[in-house]
Amino acid sequence: TQMTVRDALNSALDEEMEHDENVFLMGEEVAQYDGAYKVSRGLWKKYGDKRVIDTPITESGFAGIAVGAAMGGLRPVCEFMTFNFSMQAIDHVINSASKTFYMSAGLIHVPIVFRGPNGAAAGVGAQHSQCFGAWYSHCPGLKVVSPYSSEDARGLLKAAIRDPDPVVVLENEILYGQPFDISEEALSKDFVLPIGKAKIERSGQHITLVAHSRAVMLALEAANALAGEGVECEVINLRSLRPLDEATIIDSVMKTRNLVTVEQGWPQSGIGSEICARIVESPAFHYLESPVVRVTGVDVPMPYAKSLELACIPQQHDVVKAVKKIRCSRRRWLTATLALWLLTAQTTANVSVVQTYIKLEGVIPQGTVRAAREVCTRELAMERRS
Amino acid sequence: TATEATFETRPYKLHKLETPPNSTTSCTRDEALTFYTQMQMIRRMESAASNLYKEKAIRGFCHLYSGQEAICVGIKGALRAQDSVITAYRDHGWAYVMGCSVTSIMAELTGRTQGMARGKGGSMHMYAKNFYGGNGIVGAQVPVGAGIALANKYLENNGINVSLYGDGAANQGQLFEAYNIAKLMNLPAVFICENNGYGMGTSVDRASASTNYYTRGDYVPGIWIDGMDVLSVKEAISYCVEHCTSGKGPLVLEVATYRYHGHSMSDPGTSYRTRDEIQEVRQTRDPIMLFKERILSADLVTAEELKKIDGEVRKEVDEAVKIAKTDKEIAVQELAADVYSNPLEITIRGTTPYDPYTHQRLSKIINQH
Repeated sequence: TQMTVRDALNSALDEEMEHDENVFLMGEEVAQYDGAYKVSRGLWKKYGDKRVIDTPITESGFAGIAVGAAMGGLRPVCEFMTFNFSMQAIDHVINSASKTFYMSAGLIHVPIVFRGPNGAAAGVGAQHSQCFGAWYSHCPGLKVVSPYSSEDARGLLKAAIRDPDPVVVLENEILYGQPFDISEEALSKDFVLPIGKAKIERSGQHITLVAHSRAVMLALEAANALAGEGVECEVINLRSLRPLDEATIIDSVMKTRNLVTVEQGWPQSGIGSEICARIVESPAFHYLESPVVRVTGVDVPMPYAKSLELACIPQQHDVVKAVKKIRCSRRRWLTATLALWLLTAQTTANVSVVQTYIKLEGVIPQGTVRAAREVCTRELAMERRS
Repeated sequence: TATEATFETRPYKLHKLETPPNSTTSCTRDEALTFYTQMQMIRRMESAASNLYKEKAIRGFCHLYSGQEAICVGIKGALRAQDSVITAYRDHGWAYVMGCSVTSIMAELTGRTQGMARGKGGSMHMYAKNFYGGNGIVGAQVPVGAGIALANKYLENNGINVSLYGDGAANQGQLFEAYNIAKLMNLPAVFICENNGYGMGTSVDRASASTNYYTRGDYVPGIWIDGMDVLSVKEAISYCVEHCTSGKGPLVLEVATYRYHGHSMSDPGTSYRTRDEIQEVRQTRDPIMLFKERILSADLVTAEELKKIDGEVRKEVDEAVKIAKTDKEIAVQELAADVYSNPLEITIRGTTPYDPYTHQRLSKIINQH
């Protein structure tokens, strides 16, 4: 069976509203208009004014009201028409929702979901096209999910609504109309995905690609292209940005020893930056054969013109290029490592083994200590030049 | 002594309302004793807080309620068990009338274990059943309060919510967003501006194009109340309870009051107003003094009884202060407690990767439904 992300979200909302009568939806155009992006289509007809509430275009006011409703015993789903407008209300997401449980030493909990489309859209210019993954995942007290497929959308939204803490659900407008295969299991009314767990979308042994939301599609396409060239990528769909499934990423990197992160958001302090830092601080660092590379949106506000917008968002060739660069630097790494190994192995019986290996790799013709030192020097110089 | 007496309320001013709150109100002897005790307790707590601050036992921000006591006491006097309150950072008095012990308030101020938020909230973040803080962001509590009122209406529990803000916050855009939605949905929400004359050091005339705060809900009806008279406040809130629970929607109140201290402890409060002004209010309009005179002259209580209360109040606050100064702060491990009610990660990163904390769940949630 196939299902679009829009239908996945719609069915998740419908089921959770049916499951718990204190779940209600509020936001701009969610009721009579059927949702600006039709995610809430049919829900107002089914549940009426009480549970599907059209709000004025006043994010700060209605986000604050949603937070209060959660404190007062309800399970609000607060839709931002897009997350770009959530900046008008970010104080309520962070100060009112995410910190109250801690500030009250656990007396007052705030079971709320903030959801809506996030990330790069198409042709809407700088103010309507950016990713808030890094912004919200920065903040303790929040849980942040970023679904990719229809299965993700159903499982994560349902989990978010049932969760007793504030959860930010970052959907993607471009994916709304995208159909995905969906399992019987994922169509069950009881289906929820664990928040904080990533999914390995594709297994591979040469390099790990980590992505979230629409960038997962990009990573998968790049992985397919690279498979034709003998490079097998492992693609991790993060699903959740906070908690971040560090364990899955670390395990994968320790297996593949190489990592490229892929996202549509900006590079600085982005999701890729965070993953990079986590790897550097983890045991996986010692397994790395090459530097970690981030594939991200270009470090500029989103331009309107079509060709520029296209250039602003990473494409398949960007991911392929990053992987190929890494494969090159990996070869340099191998050379340097082997040379160092040789240097330290000079007094042991393993010298001949190392020499043989180096010959096989075609790095240096003669396995002598002097040659190894030369290789080391040359490699380091090359690194510096590049 | 009498068991009950009738008092005149101070004249109210109305905005888009036909009938004002009652011009008289009754007060039982028990109520008189309760209100007097509560107001004295708050006054005493705030004096103690001022001293603790000067001794550096209280850190950071500390906003005192002295002079404004009749508001929280009068409002609480009219609220029912199902009604709730949310206020801004000037919340010590509110925490007390909403059920926090004096010890838990003083210990929260000094950041100690017996604080109602275990020292994690501090002066601006106090909570109790049906009391949702304690919000440090000017104006943010108002839409949140409207949201609690939405929950009251949705759950049909007949409760109302009262959200309080200062004359400074009264100009925040999000208040008008909250008024609008509350009126559209006819939420049982009472928005109350505690007008103490100054938003930090800016007098109302310098901050507000209209200082008739009770009219600033425009299409939302409003009432002006003399906030120095606890009984007038109480009577007006009874009116609001009736108004809101009969489905007539929100109200915007302005309660005229005065704060004796500066905006916060770092403000001596004398550069933008005169000492004479403060003295004049203390001598002619002090809410405790006025109430004391009224209940004594009505023979509801005796001077001896009030004196005894004063002694008990002093003793209770002194004991609370002692605990607040000697109690321990929570263990550092508790730094990582109650970040989430349903923690998905047990390990919380420390200042380096080498010293992680373990997330703990310690509290019992009080707003679980």
